[in-house]
Amino acid sequence: MVAAAVLRVRTRRAALAAAVLALAACGEVWNDPYPAAGAPDNTLYSSFSQRPKHLDPAKSYTEDEAEFNAQIYEPPFQYHYFRRPYELVTATATAIPRPRYLDAAGRELPSDAAADAIATSIYDIRIRPGIRYQPHPAFVEANRALPREAIARHHRLADFGPGATRALVAADYVYQIKRLAHPRVNSPIFGHMTDYIAGLKEYGETLKGAQKALEAERGRGAWLDLRRHDIAGVSVLDEHTFRVTVKGKYPQFLFWMAMPFFAPIPWEVDQFYAQPGMAEKNFSLDWYPVGTGPYMLVENDPNARMVLLRNPNFRGEPYPADGEPGDREAGLLADAGRTMPFIDRVVFTREKETIPYWNKFLQGYYDRSGIASDNFDQAVRTGSDGETQLTAEMEARGIRLSTSLSTSSYYLAFNWLDPVVGGPGERAKKLRRALSIVVDFDEFISIFLNGRAIPGQGPLPPGIFGFRDGPASVNPMVYDWSADGGGRASRKAVTEARRLLAEAGYPDGRDARTGAPLVLALDTTDRGPGDKARLDWYRKQFAKINVQLEIRGTDWNRFQEKIRKGNTQMFFLGWNADYPDPENFLFLLYGPNSAAKSDGENKANYANPEYDALFERMKNLDNGPERQAVIDRMVAILREDAPWMWGFHPKSYGLAHSWVANGKPNQMARNGLKYQRVDHVLRAQKRAEWNRPVVWPFALLVAALGLLGWLGLRYWRRSEAAVAVQA
Amino acid sequence: MTAYLIRRLAYAILILIGVNLITFWLFFKVNTPDDIARLQLGAKRVTPDAIAKWKAERGYDKPLVYNAAAQGMARFTDTIYFEKSVAMFMLDFGRADDGRDIWYEIRSRAGPSLAVQVPVFVVGLGLNISLALLLALFRATRFDFATQVFLVAMMSISSLFFIIAGQYVFSKLWHLVPISGYGGGPDAIRFLALPVAIGVFASLGGATRLYRTIFIEEMGRDYVRTARAKGMSELAVLFRHVLKNGMIPILTGVVVVIPGLFIGSLVTESFFGIPGLGSYTIEAIQAQDFGVVRSMVFIGSVLYIIGLIATDISYTLVDPRVRLES
Repeated sequence: MVAAAVLRVRTRRAALAAAVLALAACGEVWNDPYPAAGAPDNTLYSSFSQRPKHLDPAKSYTEDEAEFNAQIYEPPFQYHYFRRPYELVTATATAIPRPRYLDAAGRELPSDAAADAIATSIYDIRIRPGIRYQPHPAFVEANRALPREAIARHHRLADFGPGATRALVAADYVYQIKRLAHPRVNSPIFGHMTDYIAGLKEYGETLKGAQKALEAERGRGAWLDLRRHDIAGVSVLDEHTFRVTVKGKYPQFLFWMAMPFFAPIPWEVDQFYAQPGMAEKNFSLDWYPVGTGPYMLVENDPNARMVLLRNPNFRGEPYPADGEPGDREAGLLADAGRTMPFIDRVVFTREKETIPYWNKFLQGYYDRSGIASDNFDQAVRTGSDGETQLTAEMEARGIRLSTSLSTSSYYLAFNWLDPVVGGPGERAKKLRRALSIVVDFDEFISIFLNGRAIPGQGPLPPGIFGFRDGPASVNPMVYDWSADGGGRASRKAVTEARRLLAEAGYPDGRDARTGAPLVLALDTTDRGPGDKARLDWYRKQFAKINVQLEIRGTDWNRFQEKIRKGNTQMFFLGWNADYPDPENFLFLLYGPNSAAKSDGENKANYANPEYDALFERMKNLDNGPERQAVIDRMVAILREDAPWMWGFHPKSYGLAHSWVANGKPNQMARNGLKYQRVDHVLRAQKRAEWNRPVVWPFALLVAALGLLGWLGLRYWRRSEAAVAVQA
Repeated sequence: MTAYLIRRLAYAILILIGVNLITFWLFFKVNTPDDIARLQLGAKRVTPDAIAKWKAERGYDKPLVYNAAAQGMARFTDTIYFEKSVAMFMLDFGRADDGRDIWYEIRSRAGPSLAVQVPVFVVGLGLNISLALLLALFRATRFDFATQVFLVAMMSISSLFFIIAGQYVFSKLWHLVPISGYGGGPDAIRFLALPVAIGVFASLGGATRLYRTIFIEEMGRDYVRTARAKGMSELAVLFRHVLKNGMIPILTGVVVVIPGLFIGSLVTESFFGIPGLGSYTIEAIQAQDFGVVRSMVFIGSVLYIIGLIATDISYTLVDPRVRLES
């Protein structure tokens, strides 16, 4: 009996020791969220929340996808990482080309020729020799003629063998521009580019016919070799130079050439992925991108993690030696001249929820983080001088905060086609201006955005040419400028809005002719309980002048359809810049771009002939006093007409641990990973310090459960031994 | 029994066709092919030509169910419904709207889902039954009362709370396990320990109370009284008689969910970063991806039918009085 009890005790002790040993075997840190496979230390850990849909540079058009694509593909140009305002510099090109202008007869025009006289602009782009692609099986000839059965046996790209490489040539850029017109690729910018690249539209038709004929002969999915079909406006001049002919004058074209849409694609890769059986195995450019950039995608599990590895064939690029004032003092130029990239590997883990994401950042398992609204107070506080500062907890961890204004505008639009709020009439104009005063976006920013935005004064966000600082930046229709205390803008009083409303024919919120209350409708996709506070806030704003607001909640499809058909009265939208040029914002209100009339991006359907004429002039001007004057006039017209309530421009807040160097927010350049550096020794030390396992409460919990079990057993034995009636 | 099974399988085919039709009708009632194209092409600079090309490339340029322009059988076969649905009955799930192979996606996600759900199911069932037996044994005692209060409280709390609290205590405060993530092989244990423990803990309340009621009802039956009168110990009565007979109603609710374990859990997978199937359907609905939605509804229906048939068969195994007849 005693021996059995001793045995039981020994068995328990052995089990406990085994459990402790098993846990100890996991290493000093037990909560490391990365699988134990030996990863190189020089790794940056980041996250993503939305799975990328397209990694094919001809299709990809979202920021989530750019996070990966911009590290892999190299268009001819890129944005300078540090300079502001944003400035184009070369990537694979040797220089930023100056376009040559020709008139309709093909005669060369001077660089300052009037836009009307320019029939075509010619861009000759020369790329650096010696740039090589990442290793890829497509560059092995035998891999481009594989039988379907052989492909069926492969599950990963690595199964095709080690791959090979080749040098980048100008023809690869031309091939990619041709892909924009491929009927199978269906690039989102094809329609837009047909307005500018000479012959692109016709080329699309040619390819459509060629694809049809090819498929009739060889079956669906047969590879269409684009080298056999020439495009009028794009040509190879020599091995390292290609020419793009643009219709008219379109200075913004260079910005487009800094996007992955214009990254090179080798014909070998196109042929490799077009083989029968490839698509069924997910072998496509959408899944396995191929580029010349500093990184290559080696693991693509968009439901769990994506891994970038340093491209062994990357030529190396010197770290910038200059930036804007303050960059050197901030230590951002300490690596000037060193060869990039600095990091060997980047692991992106999918995080759908903010709670685990934030906690993993605090534990040191993510190197950088944004700040969700739920965590804002934990991370950031506003100092007595109104300055945004980190909380003591964050500072104690050595975390750094960086803020920047997004090149985005969020606005509440009035549908110009609506008989009540739309149109150029004085009555509607005054109504719009009255509403613009009472919908207090300063308050909105404070309540719903934790102060992370600045109120809009017009369509242009700060950082874009044409935006003005100081008193000139203030919209005089909504704000009054006061010179006190260094100058500040204050929203006009509600009484002013009431006056305008009365002048519009709605004294005290009622139609002066019928006496009926003024009821306006806001179309929105927000309708769940989480949106109630925001929608109630809107109602409250309108109620300040006794205007009733009806919320028309609907799903995204119907919402979009209503906007396209012009069946809305008011709605809320936003726009994120494609490139840092005022044209990219001011075109949102250009009449011929009306959503209802031409399916364009002018969702408010705003139309003003003077504005349209100025827009046509402004878009072709170079940045300078003349362009600024035109923009000033355009903004003044918009403020007067008030087709939008000018909403806000968000500020982005980013946090980084002390071991991450060289991070500077850049709203245009998405290829920022090559600049980053990580002190992995410090990171390992901090992780160990912050994540020491605390075992005693768990042991106590197990002991308490054991005690409970023992008491239960004792009670049971007693009750079993008891007799029903005592003698 | 064979005749019964054949009849059930025949019904199953009709049910699957019906489910498929209803899914198709509901999906296209909410989303038009144009909507799907616009969502896939993105919010910027989408032209009508791009939409037309996208639809033509994926077969969404055809009529939904009846093609008046076609001749003969093509009126029915040259339609979106026929082209998207018939191949699925041959288990060819096709490609998602972003071009990815649906079957590949399902296969790669099913493993992580099962890695969480199977332990939760097995350990949870074992623990629930054990605890229910214990409560039945100690019925009408202070222990029974206290535990029941605890279980009712557990039932009242959302599983989301258990997840957040579990992550806070075990990962953030005590640093014992990763807060989220997933790894293959033996490393998976580190990542699965917390979601499995929380899954089991969260299921304790409702299931244990139900099983306790079943066992207590069984304990009041004549055959139990007879067994006690014959001098059997309470433990022997519980395990030899009450447990066996109590398993019949328990099986009703349990066997039917076994095939569904494959589908995973949306909330658990989302919070613990487990790359399973839990969110696949929801993401597809948000992305208006009909290919994925119809495939997942189809698989869900098949699994549910398998679960129901397995439940019927399991009755015959645990209760010899039950016969399956056509």
